[in-house]
Amino acid sequence: MENTKLQDDLLNLTDEGLLGEISDLERIKKGAYNIRKNGQGIERKVTENTNITTKTDKPGINIYVKENAKFELVHIPVIITESGLNDLVYNDFYIGKNANVYIVAGCGIHNDHHKDSRHDGIHRFFLEEGAKVKYIEKHYGEGNGEGKRILNPVTEVYLKKGSSLEMDTMQIKGVDSTVRETKGVLEEDTNFVVSEKIMTHGKQYAKTIFNVELNGENSSTHVTSRSVATENSEQYFVAKIYGNEKCFAHSECDAIIKDNAKVTATPEITANNVEANLIHEAAIGKIAGEQLTKLMTLGLSEKEAEEEIIKGFLR
Amino acid sequence: MLELQEINFERENKKILNNINLKLDTDQFIAITGPNGSGKSTLVKIIMGIEKPDSGKILLDGKDITNLKIDERAKLGISFAFQQPVKFKGITVYDLLKIASKKDINKKEACEVLGEVGLCAKEYVDREVNGSLSGGELKRIEIATVALRNAKLTIFDEPEAGIDLWSFNNLINVFEKMRNLIKGTTIIISHQERILDIADKVILMKQGKIEKIGDSKEILEKNIQKECCVRKKV
Repeated sequence: MENTKLQDDLLNLTDEGLLGEISDLERIKKGAYNIRKNGQGIERKVTENTNITTKTDKPGINIYVKENAKFELVHIPVIITESGLNDLVYNDFYIGKNANVYIVAGCGIHNDHHKDSRHDGIHRFFLEEGAKVKYIEKHYGEGNGEGKRILNPVTEVYLKKGSSLEMDTMQIKGVDSTVRETKGVLEEDTNFVVSEKIMTHGKQYAKTIFNVELNGENSSTHVTSRSVATENSEQYFVAKIYGNEKCFAHSECDAIIKDNAKVTATPEITANNVEANLIHEAAIGKIAGEQLTKLMTLGLSEKEAEEEIIKGFLR
Repeated sequence: MLELQEINFERENKKILNNINLKLDTDQFIAITGPNGSGKSTLVKIIMGIEKPDSGKILLDGKDITNLKIDERAKLGISFAFQQPVKFKGITVYDLLKIASKKDINKKEACEVLGEVGLCAKEYVDREVNGSLSGGELKRIEIATVALRNAKLTIFDEPEAGIDLWSFNNLINVFEKMRNLIKGTTIIISHQERILDIADKVILMKQGKIEKIGDSKEILEKNIQKECCVRKKV
C-alpha cells in the first residue's frame, strides 16, 4: 500500500475550486482517493478495502477493491491548470466479488492561456460476479484564455455474472471539444445503466459514442442521453447496441436545441437473437412552447422560464 | 376588477369571439359554460395573454393590460390552470410549487398544498411532472400551482376535461373547498352542474357571444331543455 501526504502548496484556491466543481471535497477525504494535477499524482489515500497503485508501464493507476467490501468510496479527480498540457491517463478498476462501490472521477481544466489543454482519461472497469458499482463522472472547464479545453474520456465496462454498473456522466460547462466513448460487455444477469447530461455553448463540439454488447442471458442496458445544444455548438450521439442473447436494451437520446446549434442522433440496434428486445428513442427539438407558457403564467419571464426548463432537463 | 371591451378574435374566417363585453366584480366565483366551440377557452386565454385579441381592450383594476405579456399579467395577479396540464422533463412537483409560490417554500408547506388538492403529499412532492402521472394527478398538481399564487384573478380552463368521472367527482370536492380557499375572483369553465351551482354567476356562451349571464338555475333551466351542454349532477 502506498499513501502520499498532501502538501499545502500543491493545492491552491484554483485547484480547490476545480475539485469542488467535479466532486465534493469533504466527501473525497472520507474514502480512498487519488488526486492528479497537471499530469502527476499529488495526493493519495488507500483504505482497508481499497488499494491504489501506480502503473509501471504507462501513466495511470490501478484501483483494487476487495471482494465483499461494502459502501466503499473511491475518488480519482484530475485537475489541469497548465496551458498546453496534453495529459493521457489509464485508470483500471478491479472490483471484487459482491463488492459495493461508489466511484467518482472527473476532470476540471482551468486554461487562462492560448495553448490547448487536453486530458484523455481511459477508464476500464472489471467487475467480478455480483459486484455493484455506481460511477459518477463530471467534466468541467473554465478560464479566459484562447487555448481550448479538450476532454476525450473513454470508459470500458466488463460485467461478470450478476454484476451491475450505473454510470452518471455530466459535462455542463466550458469544455470546447469532447469525444466520449463508452463501451460495455455484459455477461448473464448483468445490468449496465448510463445517464449522460451534456450542455454545449459557443463553438463547442461534443460527440458521444456508446457501444454495448449484450452477450449473456438476461443482461440489460439503459442508455439515456439528455443534452442541450446552444449558440453555434454541435453534438453527435451514436448508440450501437448488440443483442446477442435473450436480453433487454433501451437507448434514449433527448436533445433541446437552440440558436444555430446542430444535433445528430444515430441509433443502431442489432438483434442477433430472437429473444433480444431492443428499443431506441430519439427526440430533438426546441423547448416546447407550452412549457414556457406555463412557467410564464407562474410569473417567470421567458428567459427565466427557459433557464428553469433546462435546469430541470439536465438535472 | 376585470373588464373586457369589444373583444374580437377571428381565425380562418371564423369569428371565435364576436364583440365580447364583460365586467367582473371582485371576490366572485364565475362559471363560464356553453357548447364546444363557443369561444370559452379562447376568452380565458385572452385574459391571461396566451392569445392576443384582434381588437378590443382588457382592463384589470382600471389598467389597460391588452398589450402586456403573460408573465407581466401573472405579476399583476392573474393565474391560469390549463385544460391540459403541461408536462416537463426533470422538473419536479416541488420545483413547480416553489416557482408558483414566488418564494422558497419548504417541503412541508408544499405537502400541505398537495394535501388540500387531495394528493398524498409524500408520494408526489419529489416526482417529476411528466407522463408517469395520471390525468387526474396532473390536474390536481395544476390546481395546487394556481392555488399557491394567491392571485387576484384565478382562471380554470375546463378542469373536468380529460379525466374520468370517478376522478372528477373527487375533484369537485376540491373545488367546493377551494371556493373558500382561493381569494379574489375565480373564473372556471365547466359543464358540471355541481360547479355551476356553487358559482355566484354563470355566463353562457354561444357562437363567440355571451348569450346570457345569470345564476345557475336561470341558465340551467332554459338550456338543459334546449340543448345538452351541461352535465347533470352525479
